[in-house]
Amino acid sequence: MINPFIGAILFVIFAPVLGGLVAGIDRKVTAHMQGRVGPPIFQPFYDIFKLFEKESAVVRPEINFYIFCYLVFLVITGAIFFAGEDILLVIFALTLAHVFIVIAAYASSSPYAHVGAERELLMMMAVEPMLILAAAGMYVTTGSFFVGEIIDFQLGGGGLLVTWIPLLFIGVVYILTIKLRKSPFDISTSHHAHQELVKGLTTEFSGPTLGMYEIAHLYEMVFLLGFVWLFFAGIPLLGIVVVAVVYFLEILIDNTNTRAKWQFALRSAWLVALVLGIINLVALVLGIIQPGTLGVL
Amino acid sequence: MELLLFLILFPALMGFIFLVFPNNRARDAMVALAALVLIAATVILFIQNYGAGTVIYEIEPGAVSMAMMALEVVLALGVLYLAVKYRQWIVGALTIIGTGVVLFAETLFTGPEHLNNLFVDEFTLIMAMIIGVIGSLICIFATGYMRDYHDHHKEIKDKRRGFFFLLFIFLSAMFGVVFSNNMFWLYFFWEITTLCSFLLIGYAWDEEAQKNAFWALLLNLLGGLGFGGTFLYLAFTEPSGGLIMLDSLIAAGPAIAMIPAALIGFAGLAKAAQMPFSSWLLGAMIAPTPVSALLHSSTMVKAGVYVIVRFAPIYDASFVGFLIALVGGFTFLLASSIAISQSNAKRVLAWSTIANLGLIVTCAGIGNAAAVWAAILLIVFHAIAKSLLFLCTGTVEHRIGSRDIEDMGGLVSILPKITIMMIIGIAGMFLAPFGMLISKWAALRAFLETPYGIFAVILIAFGSAATLFFWTKWMGKLLQVAWKPKPRREGEVSKPEFYSLLALAAGVVIICLGFPLLSSVVVEPFLIGIYGIGASLGEQNIAIMLMMMVVVFILPLSLIFFRRDRRVIPHYVGGRAATMDMEFAGSMGVQRKVELSNYYFDGIFGEAKLGKAGNILCTLFIACIGVVLAMGVIV
Repeated sequence: MINPFIGAILFVIFAPVLGGLVAGIDRKVTAHMQGRVGPPIFQPFYDIFKLFEKESAVVRPEINFYIFCYLVFLVITGAIFFAGEDILLVIFALTLAHVFIVIAAYASSSPYAHVGAERELLMMMAVEPMLILAAAGMYVTTGSFFVGEIIDFQLGGGGLLVTWIPLLFIGVVYILTIKLRKSPFDISTSHHAHQELVKGLTTEFSGPTLGMYEIAHLYEMVFLLGFVWLFFAGIPLLGIVVVAVVYFLEILIDNTNTRAKWQFALRSAWLVALVLGIINLVALVLGIIQPGTLGVL
Repeated sequence: MELLLFLILFPALMGFIFLVFPNNRARDAMVALAALVLIAATVILFIQNYGAGTVIYEIEPGAVSMAMMALEVVLALGVLYLAVKYRQWIVGALTIIGTGVVLFAETLFTGPEHLNNLFVDEFTLIMAMIIGVIGSLICIFATGYMRDYHDHHKEIKDKRRGFFFLLFIFLSAMFGVVFSNNMFWLYFFWEITTLCSFLLIGYAWDEEAQKNAFWALLLNLLGGLGFGGTFLYLAFTEPSGGLIMLDSLIAAGPAIAMIPAALIGFAGLAKAAQMPFSSWLLGAMIAPTPVSALLHSSTMVKAGVYVIVRFAPIYDASFVGFLIALVGGFTFLLASSIAISQSNAKRVLAWSTIANLGLIVTCAGIGNAAAVWAAILLIVFHAIAKSLLFLCTGTVEHRIGSRDIEDMGGLVSILPKITIMMIIGIAGMFLAPFGMLISKWAALRAFLETPYGIFAVILIAFGSAATLFFWTKWMGKLLQVAWKPKPRREGEVSKPEFYSLLALAAGVVIICLGFPLLSSVVVEPFLIGIYGIGASLGEQNIAIMLMMMVVVFILPLSLIFFRRDRRVIPHYVGGRAATMDMEFAGSMGVQRKVELSNYYFDGIFGEAKLGKAGNILCTLFIACIGVVLAMGVIV
């Protein structure tokens, strides 16, 4: 395992670059799926730079502060993760960051942002159990909550994490759609202009404020892909391939689904977490799942 | 030892003085003074004893026990009188059975009298600090609050003398509960807390107050039967009385102590308002706010979890413990979910208390060292943050005339300081890197060390998602300032109210920053004394937590930066035509004002539905405990 500080620093510096590239490719692929040419790969960077050139105009001054906190704590979330620290702490820091964005939307006291805030909160509630159960599964498998030790376990011949907790992996991929704000779960705000919420959560953010929000989203994306990668960390290259496949799947789902109602998002996410979580964890505790149960890996 | 007796007797004495003292500023000043003395005394107790481990104090029980027994009978007769007068036949029956059983059991013990009646250990110290410091601050708050209360409620008879009498007796009894090693003494103080809460809940003594007060009394008397059962059991198994002492009973191990542990656990579940007993705590909301704060934070329910956590080593890795953990776990999940559907701030707080007590009970039921670590810290964090929240809510209610969260929109512009304290309290309840979350985290880790713990983890995972929802939407509402903020009204808050709030808010911050110290100085030695091993979150994790906390405190400085070079403009609202003050052109040319309200999801998280489910489930679990013990399955 590499030095924890290096992991954290690499994340802080390069996550926006990597995230921007992924977002650029995302837009390109999406465009092709829709029969368009699409913007250049670097378009997300151009967008963000442009936002920072604009005037700083806000509905209320504290909104900037909340969004800055959102950005800071997302950076901290990812930094803790890539430093190989406690995965539960990572999840809690992620929650803290999102509480700030929700508060920012509340503070805008505009109807669209308000509904966006409520829905974002709902989506956080939908996602959290799955994340905690995934962490629990990792602990039961490897005996540790530390990301570094979870990776070491896999590298040290423990078998890929996904062979131990395959159902939890599926659950994580399910909620990834919510976290990446992809259809059918782009309920609080969306990349697409197909909604009754206008921009929901982010309606009242503009200029550099919106720029901070966009950067934070890039950080979050890289962190989430890292979380997916962790399930395959035993064979790092395979992990990257899987991450690419999963992300492609997300784009595909995004482009083939209409937005669902929040009721469905909440119920289905909790049901997935409950059913897959219980089956996988109980099987794990009872020793039904052994490495290699799923074959070659 | 003098200090212990002082802490038990001094508040009681002050209580009697307040009973005869007229309602005036001099009395309020004396309340404040007595409260400060209590705070000082608990701090001294803490400093004197924190490194000493368990210290037993010997007291000749003869006269004291006789006096307690006599008082018990007198109080029981008093309750009987009220029960007959208000036709509360079940309460009457429970009083007769409860007192009768205890008195009968007392005659069965034949052995020589034991002297080790009082004790102090690290857990007791923590409880004493909670009772002494938080309880006293609530009393100070109450002096200002009750003046306002009677200004607002002219129809309610001013019984403030009795009110302060009861508050101080309550504190006195709570000290008694945590210092008693003799379980007969413990039971005596336990019943006094039940009676105090009954009388305080019924303060207004109108129809609803009576109903709720008697309901609380009924459930707590029912729970108290657990003690009666314990005494009977011990009288028949060990008539010499060797096991009537708390320390020797717990040291006797699960093989002997499992049945008493389960019976006292039953009493604890009732007092800690776990499902199916939770209704009494909600009914208790009828009382003036300081009473709610007291019941929820430093007294009453904390006595319930105190005894359950005491018996945690007995529950450790047992089936009975697992069932108790399930009661707590389901209570946590369902009570947190119900809190989503509530808009009355006090009810949200009440359900959240029930939920958090559930989490503590879950930890105690799991019963390993790490879980008990989490449970004790939960008790601390919850006591301080919840008392702050209740008192803030009470203060806000007197200023804006409502305790509904929907009416608290943009409160930060009306009562900025109070609101910030409220937000500190809320953050302390659920958010990383503050208080409760630390314990929740520790609890998750502790549960995973045990084979069945995975079920508790699942309950906690879903329950904590629900807590996230209702706290954040409350916080959002407070910070949702309209385009034209309402005028400030902070100056109207009375001094005793404001300063006790400030002290509690500072306490939340201090305890969040200082918990590693608390853990290493008090909690870990306590665990090592019992389990032989300590428990903690690990230095690395604590370091990151503290780092995050520092970031949280530094970040507001960025506001200075963000205040510069920015233009404040009206809302965009998707380009709709709206006025600056958020009025839309509605149909038929009517201007409509925007009103923003939160989601409550009564259909999904409704109180009636989930409450009923929880009561049935938890009753089943408790019944299972009985069946398991009856079948003789001890481990």
